[in-house]
Amino acid sequence: MTAEILQQIVNGLIIGATYGLMAVGLTMIFGMMDIINFAHGELYMLGGVFAYYSVSLFSLNYFESMALSVVLVMVVGLIFDQLVLRKLRDEPTLITILVTIGLSIFLQSTVMLFWGPSPQGIPSPFTTKTIQIGAIFLTPFKVFMAAVTVAVIFGLHLMIQKTTLGKTMRAVFQEKEAAAIVGININRVYAINFALGSGLAALAGSLLGSLFVVYPNMGLIAVVKAFLIVIMGGMGNFLGAIFGGLLLGVVESMAAGFISSSYKDLFGLLIVMILLVVRPYGLFGKKI
Amino acid sequence: MGRKNQTIGLLLLVIVALLAPFFIRDEYFIHLLINAGLFYILFAGLNLLVGYLGKLTLGHTAFLGIGAYAAALLNLKLQAPFVVSLAGSVVISFVLAFLFGLIVLRLRGPYFVIVSLCFAEMLAIVATNWVSLTNGPMGLPGVEPPKFSIPDLFEFYLDTKVRFYYLMIALVIIVTYITHRLVHSVIGRASISLRENENLAESVGVSAFRYGMIVFTVASVFAGVAGCFYAHYVSYLNPEIFGFSYMITMLVMLVTGGKGTIAGPFYGCILFTVLPEALRVAKDYRDPVFGITLIIVAIFLPQGIAGLFGRLWARFKGREVA
Repeated sequence: MTAEILQQIVNGLIIGATYGLMAVGLTMIFGMMDIINFAHGELYMLGGVFAYYSVSLFSLNYFESMALSVVLVMVVGLIFDQLVLRKLRDEPTLITILVTIGLSIFLQSTVMLFWGPSPQGIPSPFTTKTIQIGAIFLTPFKVFMAAVTVAVIFGLHLMIQKTTLGKTMRAVFQEKEAAAIVGININRVYAINFALGSGLAALAGSLLGSLFVVYPNMGLIAVVKAFLIVIMGGMGNFLGAIFGGLLLGVVESMAAGFISSSYKDLFGLLIVMILLVVRPYGLFGKKI
Repeated sequence: MGRKNQTIGLLLLVIVALLAPFFIRDEYFIHLLINAGLFYILFAGLNLLVGYLGKLTLGHTAFLGIGAYAAALLNLKLQAPFVVSLAGSVVISFVLAFLFGLIVLRLRGPYFVIVSLCFAEMLAIVATNWVSLTNGPMGLPGVEPPKFSIPDLFEFYLDTKVRFYYLMIALVIIVTYITHRLVHSVIGRASISLRENENLAESVGVSAFRYGMIVFTVASVFAGVAGCFYAHYVSYLNPEIFGFSYMITMLVMLVTGGKGTIAGPFYGCILFTVLPEALRVAKDYRDPVFGITLIIVAIFLPQGIAGLFGRLWARFKGREVA
């Protein structure tokens, strides 16, 4: 029994870490730009779709196609930011929400035209043979997933804390008018931020798309989960997003393992509801 | 537009709507009009919330679904007559809106948006998985058309499209009247002040929670009633009614019609019935076009068609005077 619980916790942590990646992207975009990005789920979906096409059409190897798909989605994010969001920098959130919902419909239905409704798995070079670590069984792919997410989150942290770009980003995050006064190009930082957030969603999409399957509607439930996590962690809170992701992953995995797998998505939603009754601004959130 | 002109315009509209079935014998056209009416009721509620109170909900379909399931289950499991199932829809959507409102109306901005979406998703999961009650994804077939009857005395079935159409018109008039009264009352003015600046409004004593609750429950009951009519009209119901895609289409149409205006929902529901027909030519490209439309309208026409008409009218009048 304890071994089984431990197994579910580890499974949950690995999936939860990828949720965390996505939520970090979302919370970065919200925290700096005040944009609730409803197209985040579709950027995640595009990550999976591009990775699939790079493997099957361009016959790139798995790692190259994952990198290519992340870059391509970052470009999509950059184009959207410069073409549309740039015009709406000072508009109220309601307008930007509607615009990102528009982008989400557009991306989803356009991919549907090319892809069709049927799900496809991204072929990965990992064997499905399990490795045993103590009492826990893992596939090599899950180990790879865990390694990638930890490396990316750590790398992002280093970038934000140590580099000049990270410093400018933190400055804009805290006080954009003041940052503009001291000569930081706000528009450029926004664009980079949006592209980075998109890239994180794409990475999560290509990872989970190899573990499960890729299909055009996969973005909706993903974006709902990412929002739940961001709410749990407090909007704009980086650490909260990672912690929330891990928590949701574990809760889902426990619920699926011990209660019912068809109701597993309900538990995350219920937890957030209850949490918001107790703390209307999230676990780590500040009053807004 | 003067008040007198407005009243005359509305009366003409009602007369045209009442006479429509005598001139147009096409069943499909009547069907489209009934659909437009259903969406009008949904929009009217959504407009109160999004347009006047300024709370963007993505969970309006939750109450559409609650109303529809309440009516369908009352009708199918308890053989309840239409009046009872309608009352049931109203009561259940009211109670759930009140309880849910206790949680969400304390939330601001993005938190409200997302939790409302979660609520609809939760209900969709329950409706899909509670097979013994809702028959799961297979749905509930065979909901009866509305029937008004007093045993042994009088019986009237609304089983033809035209009869249902008249019921719809009655409902549309009632909903319009309620919306109109609400918007021009202290509740409407309080809502607008909250939309414009919540902190300022609260500081002069306008309770965001209290007025939010009133508008939220009214909007949700409208949606519940629309759901009840939907169930009885289509006679089949499945969990897709909670779907996000409905919500998105509703939002696109409301924003395009013009949020925060009385006429907005009207233009919206006309668009809702005309546009899908017009876009049928571009079948596969319909949804991409929807997406682009939403982006363009949100950027360039934040007041939608109603706002555009208003501006054109003002310009026209200006020229007349000069």
